[in-house]
Amino acid sequence: MFESLSTKLTSAMRTLKGKGSITDVNVASTIKEIRRALMDADVNYKVAKEITDNIKDQALGQKILIAVEPGQLLVKIVHEELTKLMGGEKQEINLKGDPAIVLIAGLQGSGKTTFSGKLAQHIKKSGRQVLLVACDIYRPAAIDQLKVLGEQVGVEVYAEPENKNAVSIASNALEYAKKMGKKVVIVDTAGRLAVDEAMMAEIEEVKKAIRPTETLFVVDSMTGQDAVNTAKTFNDRLNFDGVVLTKLDGDSRGGAALSIRQVVEKPIKFISTGEKMEALDQFYPDRMANRILGMGDVLSLVERA
Amino acid sequence: EKTKEGFLSKIGRAVVGKSKVDEDVLDELEEILLTSDVGVPTTLKIIQRIEERVERDKYVNTEELDQVLREEIAALLEENSSSDVEHAFAEPKQKPYVIMVVGVNGVGKTTTIGKLASQFHQNGLKVVLGAADTFRAAAVDQLKLWGERVGIPVIDHGMNTDPASVAFDAVKQAVDMNADVVIIDTAGRLHTKVNLMTELSKIKKVIQKFIPEAPHEVLLVLDGSTGQNAFIQAQEFTKATEVTALAITKLDGTAKGGVVIGISDQFKIPVKYIGVGEKVSDLQLFNKKTYVESLFKK
Ligand SMILES: Nc1nc2c(ncn2[C@@H]2O[C@H](COP(=O)(O)OP(=O)(O)OP(=O)(O)O)[C@@H](O)[C@H]2O)c(=O)[nH]1
Ligand SMILES: Nc1nc2c(ncn2[C@@H]2O[C@H](COP(=O)(O)OP(=O)(O)OP(=O)(O)O)[C@@H](O)[C@H]2O)c(=O)[nH]1
Ligand SMILES: [Mg+2]
Ligand SMILES: [Mg+2]
Repeated sequence: MFESLSTKLTSAMRTLKGKGSITDVNVASTIKEIRRALMDADVNYKVAKEITDNIKDQALGQKILIAVEPGQLLVKIVHEELTKLMGGEKQEINLKGDPAIVLIAGLQGSGKTTFSGKLAQHIKKSGRQVLLVACDIYRPAAIDQLKVLGEQVGVEVYAEPENKNAVSIASNALEYAKKMGKKVVIVDTAGRLAVDEAMMAEIEEVKKAIRPTETLFVVDSMTGQDAVNTAKTFNDRLNFDGVVLTKLDGDSRGGAALSIRQVVEKPIKFISTGEKMEALDQFYPDRMANRILGMGDVLSLVERA
Repeated sequence: EKTKEGFLSKIGRAVVGKSKVDEDVLDELEEILLTSDVGVPTTLKIIQRIEERVERDKYVNTEELDQVLREEIAALLEENSSSDVEHAFAEPKQKPYVIMVVGVNGVGKTTTIGKLASQFHQNGLKVVLGAADTFRAAAVDQLKLWGERVGIPVIDHGMNTDPASVAFDAVKQAVDMNADVVIIDTAGRLHTKVNLMTELSKIKKVIQKFIPEAPHEVLLVLDGSTGQNAFIQAQEFTKATEVTALAITKLDGTAKGGVVIGISDQFKIPVKYIGVGEKVSDLQLFNKKTYVESLFKK
């Protein structure tokens, strides 16, 4: 249904073929095409505009290689631009502190509880004692869900089914963790909308009460244009340390990743690629750039030229 | 009632100081539509229609643009799909009326089922739920809690059991109990997972062993904050299970939900429900006229 971005770039550039070099005049409509193509991959409009402006500057006046289609040169420029925007160095989760405290936040259904289980398993493997904390007091069976996952990965889950105050559950859990000598505490919270004032205040309170070493914002990779607004509001309220991108086992282009990275300037620390507890991975900027572009072997072709 | 500014109300601001619809105004319009997840094909279609109107009527000033847009978008929503469903909560003709609910992970299937069940129940219908998501952690518990909340039976075989046989059993028991509606919850699945998509056809076939024309409704749930992937979801789920209706959830968020326009334009499947919150009452029948009005709400 959707042409891949790289295909589009190539066909957008076909009009320019034979013109020798890229000039201001012949590039304008092509730039518009590229912007549309980026938005087709869910890259936010403003971000797409910034990118295309940069691309234009870079492309202007560049001699089009004879061996290569001009479209491919453009693909290469876009790819480099995307990779750069996505952030170079890989960033690790900060687990300093005794215990280290990780707070998980995000919209409804983004994959927070599943990720909490995965992270618990990941940390447990490095030999540290982990405690999972169930702070979602709203969603039906949220506690049961975390308990099932805790059992699957062999990590204890702290819950207070009768307590209707997320802040006090989190604080009590911390006490408990200290007493039991747990080294890492992972706090799963309810899904919430950025516009839900009461719920945003709640998570702010939770954060204040437990002072996490690491706050992670979990976001569905299929999210559309609104990803930036949501990320921005969560960041304004929580000043989170990193982003977790979920459901990358699907075929979403994942342009939201780029947009969020651009707007909040926080690193993507993990990617989630399935429902099983093992489906957790690191984030690689260039792979993400490939994904957004939806490209095959165009790059290597350009590289060879 | 939540008051949310419609995304097209911005068009008013965008054209301030301009007297007629020109290239710049159309560019602004394109930006507004694309940033609302309407999608490129539908956006370009709308722009083209406005261009044609401007061409035809020679001079369209920016004050008229509002009205022209309303008309064009309404026309677009009208063209493809059937008329709005007005009696979804009334007594269905077939009995039991079987609804199978499908969609990718976390979009709001189970919650939508809870809300639907509650509304059917309030209208005096006898409802049975089938817990055929036997995969996701505590999925059965979640549906059972909804059942308790509404006060209706939930048929389940526990976790990690065969979803098709749960569905079969739910339909069978619904017949035995003389129920009006049976709603089958299924596990979230990405449309790229072939074996999971095949499982849906299997569930359907098993239900049909009991009631050949069932399921009477295959409801695909889409998350309103999803971007362009929503279109692929609609396409792929339709291929796998012949989706008959759509529910679009989480429209209470800041996502503009322009995906409703794009989906209505690109697919023949009617949008039947919209989800606007987590409470039982937060499910509405989709109405095109109201929807178009809401887009311009200031
Ligand atoms: N395919 C796939 N499914 C995922 C992934 N991460 C989570 N899920 C699924 O997405 C759905 C929602 O995940 P949850 O972990 O319950 O999401 P949540 O953010 O805790 O949801 P709320 O607590 O309701 O806000 C479940 O069906 C998960 O199994 C992923 O990386 N890939
Ligand atoms: N704000 C808002 N949240 C919603 C809406 N519909 C569902 N949710 C929330 O979204 C999350 C996921 O909902 P579920 O009903 O569990 O989604 P699902 O599709 O059954 O998920 P899986 O079975 O894991 O694939 C929950 O936290 C719901 O409360 C809605 O219309 N608005
Ligand atoms: Mg959760
Ligand atoms: Mg469910």
